[in-house]
Amino acid sequence: MKRSSNATSSGSLSLEKMAANSAQLSLINTHIDNNEHRLGPLLPLLHDIQNEIGYIPDMAISEISKRLNLSRAEVHGVVSFYHHFSTKPRGRHIVEVCCAESCQALGGRELQQYAKDKLGLDWYQTSKDGEITLEPVYCLGNCACSPAVRVGMQMLGRVDNDDFDELIDALTTVPLTLI
Amino acid sequence: MSKYHKLYIPRDSSSLSLGAEKVAVAFQLALQSTNTHNTTIVRNGSRGLYWLEPMIEVDTPEGRIAFGPVKARDVDSLIAHGALEGKRTHPLCLGLTEEIPYLKKQQRLTFARAGIVDPVSLDDYLATDGYKGLKRALKMTGQMIVDEVKESGLRGRGGAAFPTGIKWQTVLDAQLGKEQGAKSSQKYIVCNADEGDSGTFADRLQMEADPFGLIEGMTIAGLAVGATEGFIYLREEYPHAHEILNQAISIAEQNNYLGDNVLSSGQAFNLEVRLGAKAYICGEETAMLESLEGKRGMVRPKPPLPALEGFFGQPTVVNNVLSLSTIAIILARGADFYKKFGMGRSLGTMPFQLAGNLKYAGLVEIAFGITLRELLFDFGGGSLNGRPLRAVQAGGPLGAYLPELQWDVQMDYEALAALGGVLGHGGIVAFDDKVDMSEQARFSMEFCVVESCGKCTPCRIGSTRGVEVIDNIRAGVDRDNNIELLEELCETMVDGSLCAMGGMTPFPVQSALKHFAEDFS
Repeated sequence: MKRSSNATSSGSLSLEKMAANSAQLSLINTHIDNNEHRLGPLLPLLHDIQNEIGYIPDMAISEISKRLNLSRAEVHGVVSFYHHFSTKPRGRHIVEVCCAESCQALGGRELQQYAKDKLGLDWYQTSKDGEITLEPVYCLGNCACSPAVRVGMQMLGRVDNDDFDELIDALTTVPLTLI
Repeated sequence: MSKYHKLYIPRDSSSLSLGAEKVAVAFQLALQSTNTHNTTIVRNGSRGLYWLEPMIEVDTPEGRIAFGPVKARDVDSLIAHGALEGKRTHPLCLGLTEEIPYLKKQQRLTFARAGIVDPVSLDDYLATDGYKGLKRALKMTGQMIVDEVKESGLRGRGGAAFPTGIKWQTVLDAQLGKEQGAKSSQKYIVCNADEGDSGTFADRLQMEADPFGLIEGMTIAGLAVGATEGFIYLREEYPHAHEILNQAISIAEQNNYLGDNVLSSGQAFNLEVRLGAKAYICGEETAMLESLEGKRGMVRPKPPLPALEGFFGQPTVVNNVLSLSTIAIILARGADFYKKFGMGRSLGTMPFQLAGNLKYAGLVEIAFGITLRELLFDFGGGSLNGRPLRAVQAGGPLGAYLPELQWDVQMDYEALAALGGVLGHGGIVAFDDKVDMSEQARFSMEFCVVESCGKCTPCRIGSTRGVEVIDNIRAGVDRDNNIELLEELCETMVDGSLCAMGGMTPFPVQSALKHFAEDFS
């Protein structure tokens, strides 16, 4: 019984997965259509794909290499060069904590550690509930208001531990469990 | 008699990071219920007086009155005190904005409009002498424009300080390259807006507070060298600048300031913003061009210079945001006006950015020649937390750490170079006496590990070895020999690296070793 129920669920899952894959493929192709005419289309294209899907899936790398007449290695090389692009799904919110000198001068190192401890995450890790990915950033240009944190369009300055708590509370829909 | 008041609430990233949006929403709500004075809210950029942000301003017949730092909870009391009618009784009132000493002592040329105009209002731009430079340039030949820029003495504000006019002359004189694939032969203007240095935010503020200034400067550059296409390579970390630039470009297009027939002159200039993807090395001009072409941001050997073989092998002007924005002022007011400011070979003004542990951090645009001590204390007000300042890093993460005995240096390119320091992009980061300089030196190497493009060995491997050697020194392992090893490693990186990343990463390390040796024992 157990075996058959497993088989059924994995069978239907793979059907769902196939549908999802084909939807993703058509999205990727739409973005390629929108960008291929540009001079140097690869970075704007990767941005569009990551903005929509949240990361750069494997299938995007194959599809881009076919359509832009590049090798898979070339596309992969570009994706892996830039800290911004991720080949794995990330959290719904990307919390970036500035690690550069101006923030260091005002307790940035302590804030980095506090963020890691509070979330139970190291850099580039995602919380179990898929809400938050923690990333380092080298300067947000908010150096007159250090230390700085960014979540998408939201910038924060002069961030102390309480501000960080408040930010995380606002971002999470379910309570975080500390590991 | 109906009065019409304007209330200015900033919208640049730093003001937003301190709650400017909440303040704007609170005012909007309050004005919905009672707007007896016909107040309209204008979202301006920032004046760059960041310890006062969010700083709101109200128009009065005597000039703008400022209040700050304002929190959303202050809105009701500000209204009750009559702040919106320009009454100055509220405790947060700062008086006339232009009379705030920090601002009054400055010489704002490049940042003349910052915080004054609505960044996406073409009317505001035109009302403050905007597009005067372009209109003048349209009556000149390319060579005349290049001569004017040469005459001004403007040097690249990105950090390398190369004379802008000479770079433009090279591009003006350059032959077009061969066609590459489907890419036709033409010249390009590329704006380097990958402002990655910690302690710098002037490019960001310029783009968020006065984007038309940059657009105008780039259009003039296009006319000067005969380029019809421009790109702004903007870092991904600046989402608000991205939004504002795109809005401003589309307004300029709609009003014929950009496009195939700029102001009906028969000359074309088209402009596009391209986003980077978090790579410090892409602030190096050749790595940036590679990135713009859709490749890994690997540094190219020079020669050939980008001025001869740049974007897709074509002659390309690569200039920083501030250099290009300053072009608009030079063309509008003339080279003679601009070069009256400054000293020696550093002419004009420099937007210094005060950051780190300073009480009054912000933007200070002033003629070259001011001393570092004046910037730190007369403007910066000393440390934020009241502890004594100990080290100052000038010129970004590749700049030397300067000890107090060097703070009387006059801030110009040559004077700092004579000390082994750099002016760079004008960032100044102050540290108090709690700083551990061996930890800072380690970070410089670590940053190079993370951000090196990997093309040349001294940078790619040297930085990793640098971290290890500093770790050994910090752990007290064979200290004297390891310090000697670190010194040799630094020399190898300086002499053997392909670009400034590996070639200058040792500057903060060497200066820390030299001036703060006690932190390495």
